[in-house]
Amino acid sequence: MSIPSSLVRLTGITKRFGGVTVLRDVQFEGLAGEVHVLAGENGAGKSTLIKILAGIYSDFEGTIELDERPVRPRSPTEANTLGVAVIHQELSLIGPMSVADNIFLGRTPTRGGFVQETKQREAARHELRQLGLELDVTQAVERFPIATRQMIEIAKALSQNAKVIVMDEPTSALNAPEVNTLFTLVQSLKQRGCCIIYITHKMEEIERIADRITVLRDGQWVGTAPAADLPPAKLIQWMVGRDLGEQFPRHAQHFGAERMRLENFAVYPTGFSSRAAVSDVSLSVQAGEVLGLAGLQGSGISELLWGIFGAYGAATQGRLFLENTQCRFTAPRQAIDAGVALLTNDRKATGLVLSLSIIANATLAGLRAISPGGWRSPSRERQATETLTASMRLRAASLDSEVGSLSGGNQQKVALAKWLQIQPRLFMLDEPTRGIDVAAKREIYQWVEQWTAQGIAILLISSEMPELLTLSDRIIVFHRGAITAEFARKEATPELILAAAMGQKASA
Amino acid sequence: MKSFKSALSSPAGRAFLALVLVLAAGAIFNADHAFFKIGTQRDTLRQASVYGMLACGMTLVIVSGGIDLAVGSIVALAAVCAAKMAIHWNWPWWQVVPACLGVGALCGLVSGWVTASLRVQPFIATLSMMVLARGLAKYASGGMKVSTALPNADGSYRYVEIPALFHGIDHSIFGGNLSVVTLIFLVCVALAWLALARHRWGRYLYAIGGNEEAARLSGVPVVGAKICAYIASGLFAAVAGLCQAAQEQQGDPEAGAGYELTAIAMVVIGGTSLMGGRGGIGLTLLGVLTIGYLDKILSINAVPEAGRLVLTGIIIVAAVLTQRRGRT
Repeated sequence: MSIPSSLVRLTGITKRFGGVTVLRDVQFEGLAGEVHVLAGENGAGKSTLIKILAGIYSDFEGTIELDERPVRPRSPTEANTLGVAVIHQELSLIGPMSVADNIFLGRTPTRGGFVQETKQREAARHELRQLGLELDVTQAVERFPIATRQMIEIAKALSQNAKVIVMDEPTSALNAPEVNTLFTLVQSLKQRGCCIIYITHKMEEIERIADRITVLRDGQWVGTAPAADLPPAKLIQWMVGRDLGEQFPRHAQHFGAERMRLENFAVYPTGFSSRAAVSDVSLSVQAGEVLGLAGLQGSGISELLWGIFGAYGAATQGRLFLENTQCRFTAPRQAIDAGVALLTNDRKATGLVLSLSIIANATLAGLRAISPGGWRSPSRERQATETLTASMRLRAASLDSEVGSLSGGNQQKVALAKWLQIQPRLFMLDEPTRGIDVAAKREIYQWVEQWTAQGIAILLISSEMPELLTLSDRIIVFHRGAITAEFARKEATPELILAAAMGQKASA
Repeated sequence: MKSFKSALSSPAGRAFLALVLVLAAGAIFNADHAFFKIGTQRDTLRQASVYGMLACGMTLVIVSGGIDLAVGSIVALAAVCAAKMAIHWNWPWWQVVPACLGVGALCGLVSGWVTASLRVQPFIATLSMMVLARGLAKYASGGMKVSTALPNADGSYRYVEIPALFHGIDHSIFGGNLSVVTLIFLVCVALAWLALARHRWGRYLYAIGGNEEAARLSGVPVVGAKICAYIASGLFAAVAGLCQAAQEQQGDPEAGAGYELTAIAMVVIGGTSLMGGRGGIGLTLLGVLTIGYLDKILSINAVPEAGRLVLTGIIIVAAVLTQRRGRT
């Protein structure tokens, strides 16, 4: 057997966003005819590395070699012509256009400017047949199920002579038989000499199809090894094996009475007709307690918080108790009136109104309370905002500045101020420190401490393991919408949490 | 110079500059010194007033991220209703006014409900209302102007008095130096300003226009606030229709055609963003004056209508481009 040739090699890849280094001196080599799993926690740098390979980020340090030739794709189109194809989680097909049109988008066979429909249809059928697929190529893509659309996307990639095929969580929307079909296809792509770079958070899939595994952690390369040499326990150790850095001790732990309880709670983000994001969740949190929720992408924990908050309308099942009173929130307004606050994980998209001032944002949720008879009182608003932000060391030219002009950390402080203004009883924090600097992060940790001392109950989501371990009094782990483990503060370790988040049943 | 530059960095500063430029042009191209006559000023403001009332409602809707194309047709519908009720049926003013406003509010309610609750794009929802209200205006008037000439059974006409309500509106005060219509416009401005700048609802509209999802998750009653914006727009359009009927002393089912576009232009020239979330009534007032004076100055200087339209089009684009440049 000949030595497989190197199809893709990335060396010394470093990528910075502003002052933040997200990839540092990362290496990766993909061979012809292998399935190479790229593993790492959320935020380890997997997506960034793939985006560099796919030509989405072209300002990076380091080299990319394809077929031993140095290249530097400057756009996704250029990466495509070089033989790199990425099958995204959100497919890049155009729904209302036909299968054939999609496969040949941008390189339609034409004569004198007119599309040669017959020729294109036959070529499309030919490409699909190679994957063992018989489809009506004149149908609109959106009429096929997701699994088939994925196949169409792969056919499109192959028709462009893709040699390196990146699959980013391709099974997240597939059922078991569809996963089997996909894996059969992956095997046939291997035989054709392609290199498949496979990103997944599911241990079971890694065990099934990986030939080799490369692990990234905090933007750095940890190692590459044949799958056989990397059993789950060791893989997890590679993924989390870092020193937890400076600990932030939580001292005051004065838990009060039960603040919120869920019984068999289920959330259907896109309505009852589709799949639940989380189901059969039963948990409770006490006053003054920080309950950490852990889970990788697709675990449904953010959706759980939205469901509690009433942000999906009535699309929840099960029972929700606030201080032993059963509640049912079908709109955020109701949750807010009951003293529930939700800091969403994307402050630009769902947290703040960037075109409005700091004052307008900070008073938005509690505007009713400080506007007697509906008439706003600018002086009371200013006063309320000053009271909230005084202790926050908010850096802004003035409280009338547009929130969009602030730095990430200061924006997050405004978002927190908005919720503190309603004096919440239950504060749900989804990635409270995402994209903010270290100083602001520490401040937020201190406030969490203060809030619990005041008796606020906190539900915390954080994809940063040290943060989750540091702040949480208790951690509940989710995998694909279900609880897989629960740890007290003392028992929790990164390894145990990650194993449970990847769907391994706790053996201890 | 520095403070001049900083003044220009705000939308208000640029809108003000546009108005100053237009006024300067009026002072320079001043055929027969007409520009400095008080009567010219009064007529300019009177002619801009009906558009200005529409622009007030339009600002509320645009700030919330929507658009209301129906206001021109609501003007016609309200004008026809007002003429019918005041001239033909001899209703007293205290019945005519609320009835007219009710018609406008109802049209706005339907537009708002279709776009906010049924989630039809505002452009389509209000385009439908534009056609529908025009149809209603033609139905109510029988396709003819509702005037003081009443048809008799034998085909001849008899003429009736112009109702007191119409006289009252189409009238000047302060020794004939200010039209009542302009006064009504200023009241509309004040009301819209109170709502947008001083009421909780106004803040909600800004939040919805700036980021609807964030607003919803902050407990803002998105659907209700949006519907109210369209109702307000319908109300202002009805007031405009009433004034239109009073000035023309008839209800013309063809009235108001294209007025919605002038109103949108006034709002946009002021610097209110069509994307929603930014702007204000003060800016709209500047926009109303800019377009109002521009039109008057061109007509004083006997620029033919064709040239007037072309010039207005160019100036709108230029104004909007300067507004956009100032935004990062």
